Amino acid sequence: MPEEGNEMIDRVINSRGFDNFDFRFIGLIVVILGVGVLSIYSVTHDQGVAFPFYAKQIVWIALGTVAFLVMWLSDYHRIARLAYPAYVIILILLVVVLFEGKSSRGAQRWIPMGPFAFQPSEFAKLILILTLAHYYSEAPRVGWLQRVVLPGLLVLPGLLLILKQPDLGSGLSFLAVYAAMLLMVGMRSKALGVILLFSLMLFPFAWEMMWGSLHDYQRQRIMTFVDPVYDPGGKGYHALQSRIAIGAGELTGKGLYGGTQSQLKFLPEGHTDFVFSVFAEEWGFLGVLALLLLFVGLIWLSLEIVARAKDQLGALLAVGILCMLCFCVVINIGMTVGMFPIVGIPLPLMSYGGSATIMTMASLGLLLNVKRRRLSFF
Amino acid sequence: MATAGLHDSELGELQRRLIILRVGLLLVVALLGLRLWHLQIREGPYYRDLSANNRTRSVIMEPARGLIYDRNGVLLANNVPSFTLYVSLEDVKDRDLLIDQLSNLLGLDAALVRNKLTARGSKQLPRKVKDRLTLREATLVESHRLDLPGVMVQVESQRNYPGGVMASHLLGYVGEVSPEQLEKPEFADLHQGSIVGQYGVEKFFDQLVRGQAGQKSIEVDAVGHEKRTVVVEQAHAGDNLYLTIDARLQKVAEKLLGEESGAIVALDPRTGDVLAMASRPGFDPNILSRELTPKQWAEIVQDEGRPLNNRASQGQYPPGSVFKVMMAAAALETKTVTPSTSIYCNGGYQFGRRVYHDWKAGGHGPVDLRHALVQSCDVYFYTVGQRMGIETIASFAHQFGLGEATGIELPSERVGIVPSEAWKKKAKNEAWLPGETISASIGQGYVNVTPLQMASLIGTVANDGVTFRPRLVQAVMDRATGELQQRPAVPKRTLNLRPGILPLIKEALAGVVKEGTGTRAQSALVTIAGKTGTAQTMALRAGPEKDIPKKFRDHAWFVAFAPVEAPTIAVAVLGEHMGHGGSASAPLAKELIETYVKLDLPVPSGVTDGAGAREGDAGGRERDDRPGD
Repeated sequence: MPEEGNEMIDRVINSRGFDNFDFRFIGLIVVILGVGVLSIYSVTHDQGVAFPFYAKQIVWIALGTVAFLVMWLSDYHRIARLAYPAYVIILILLVVVLFEGKSSRGAQRWIPMGPFAFQPSEFAKLILILTLAHYYSEAPRVGWLQRVVLPGLLVLPGLLLILKQPDLGSGLSFLAVYAAMLLMVGMRSKALGVILLFSLMLFPFAWEMMWGSLHDYQRQRIMTFVDPVYDPGGKGYHALQSRIAIGAGELTGKGLYGGTQSQLKFLPEGHTDFVFSVFAEEWGFLGVLALLLLFVGLIWLSLEIVARAKDQLGALLAVGILCMLCFCVVINIGMTVGMFPIVGIPLPLMSYGGSATIMTMASLGLLLNVKRRRLSFF
Repeated sequence: MATAGLHDSELGELQRRLIILRVGLLLVVALLGLRLWHLQIREGPYYRDLSANNRTRSVIMEPARGLIYDRNGVLLANNVPSFTLYVSLEDVKDRDLLIDQLSNLLGLDAALVRNKLTARGSKQLPRKVKDRLTLREATLVESHRLDLPGVMVQVESQRNYPGGVMASHLLGYVGEVSPEQLEKPEFADLHQGSIVGQYGVEKFFDQLVRGQAGQKSIEVDAVGHEKRTVVVEQAHAGDNLYLTIDARLQKVAEKLLGEESGAIVALDPRTGDVLAMASRPGFDPNILSRELTPKQWAEIVQDEGRPLNNRASQGQYPPGSVFKVMMAAAALETKTVTPSTSIYCNGGYQFGRRVYHDWKAGGHGPVDLRHALVQSCDVYFYTVGQRMGIETIASFAHQFGLGEATGIELPSERVGIVPSEAWKKKAKNEAWLPGETISASIGQGYVNVTPLQMASLIGTVANDGVTFRPRLVQAVMDRATGELQQRPAVPKRTLNLRPGILPLIKEALAGVVKEGTGTRAQSALVTIAGKTGTAQTMALRAGPEKDIPKKFRDHAWFVAFAPVEAPTIAVAVLGEHMGHGGSASAPLAKELIETYVKLDLPVPSGVTDGAGAREGDAGGRERDDRPGD
């Protein structure tokens, strides 16, 4: 990417380790976060409680900003060295949550912490990326055993613990991270990696066809098996309401607060997993295209970071984070538009949620760290 | 700078592979964009319509009716949760199909369901199709929910009468408000399907017991299923009623009548409290509160025993000899006779060319007033009545509360008839015949009274001339505040009689039981005073009682109070076609009184004070503006 912009500002910033790229990257993040808060505000502004969701989300974003800065301004090599102990700790937390966790809507995902709750599975994703990147880069990994099986064994306990909660969405993200890493480190048979990642990415579309050919009761059985949390009324009520919301937005949308689906609460979880539907209903196709461009822009900049990474650890960290981000955006939007079953993956930077917001911002901080000239503040 | 590992050569490879991600990303985003274009642009209008069908709807939350207790807190009417089937017309796409489905599923009459769905009324309000679904039926409907758009099963409270037939006429029953009722202002806040009292206390006190409906806003999705509910206004349960009746006494009263038709009323003369009010045959209000088919209704309405008729307040009968109590007071007050005036009874009273017979063939010989009451001598009262004339009789009858409503808090009380010249002119457009005065003198002819009026009359005598309005509800509890509001006894009237008249009559009535026609009311437990009455239903009687078909036999009356010295209970017993009052009704009154005495109820509050005031009152009135003097 060519460096553009005001040279004087560039000079000042460069002298401190920042550049225009960073500002574009951070700018995109800020805009998406803002759109998210606006949409959460739109659905929950009349909640009538002292501390509504949009206000809490602003608090999460503030905490996320701290996490972003820490991850950005540390040396990612030092962070990566903490990967194994961090992975062990998160595994312990995932065990704890199974026994001590707070249940909500049929799943036990949260560890209560005072007035808030902490969701270890969100942080597990980032820690897994660190762990795998650290594993591949600390020594040359050759052969099937070292390249595929051993990292697979690393992934497995976390994956199983997450699926046990159950949290199908985070479990799938786990798998996606693993597949993306495999693909990027390369295998003897590159085709396998390509197939693995593409099948994951194209899964929604394949699923649509396969899913469509099943009978209602078969679908319901499958869904209650894999994820009983969603669709308690069965038969795709949430998915239908989400499609209605998005479709009813038409070209220009119904305007802020104009979304009857979300305002009248037909759309469940309008502030969390279905925040995209709220946005789509209120801002229409044009708004949605703009939002997609924002995400594509962010991911494109992330790809640049990978391309310009100075070492394998940085490249792997960046690619892991990039793939996780990408996966979450695609699956979340895919499920709201009805191309994918409802699996409970939040939309990064937009869905309400403390753990997810902080984790996503920390990840993006780490991503930007990979690009940074080695000049550590911490 | 970062450490460059041995495997840094792989970095370049990795970075070259990024093209896969770039292509993959663009592909997926393009697919998402296409899908969004399909949803929002191509099918946008379709989804816009769907979203317009998603809407909120106001639904009335039926309040729980107030509970009804007896004077001791025994539950007489409560509510039990029950499932009600509603259909929201707006969400029904194929009405015929739905009617078919519902009638198949629940075995309902298709025509009945159709009536419910097509009845006039707001289209926005869900229609009640069936109440009191069984758990099985409710489950059946719920499990077919998705195939039955617009169908809702709501849990509502249903009226329940734990005692079944017990006190049915008094309590009444509930039912859906009728279209005619809805037009009236007192039902203004109701709607089709609202439950209101349709009979008895339930009807009379409906506005207290009814409660206030709440409102909830239901969000309904495009297929009419309730998704989320927001309570806009809570329903407020109706007030609780504490009746004056004693369930134990009521039960005994009903048992005493058994299979016979008739009525028993027991009042506390000191307050007017209705202690028991039985009318037979009765009905089960639990059944009547349900929705009945027209056929079931016809069966009940056409029942020869007329079970829906509250004989205590709505049955009108000639009082027969019970009327003589009033006649005696009138004769003394008007000085037509003195207590010692003697009239000779030879068994008949000649008037014009007709002889009016005494019940006792051969007559009673010389009788004074006491004797005339004790032995119920007809000739004595023929004579007295003839001397007073019908207008005087009528004016005293009115003083004793006859020909007018007692004011009991029950719907459709009947007032009976106190005949007079004006009455006959008005009712029959005929002139009064002198002979009719003679019939009226012994409570026959046109005279008609209700058992409740008779109980009130004897209660007035027992209470030294002060009539209390019969009180059915002694307290009302506001369910919202928990506040218990006592409803005071209401004195209605004080008889305008000279002192000494009523004590004399009371003593004579005690004599009736002690040595006269009412000896079968004698009790070892308590002193009872009373008066028998045998009301003829047929002008002509031939042969012994047992040979007459039941429906032509006389009505048997007995009115009583006890204890004689300080009466706390006044009773009127009427047995339809049960024959002689002395033999058929007196034992029932006695048993009821004995039951009451054994219950040993506490003295009602304020009674002693009131008694003092009354005495002063009566004294003050002495010789004042008396009519007919």
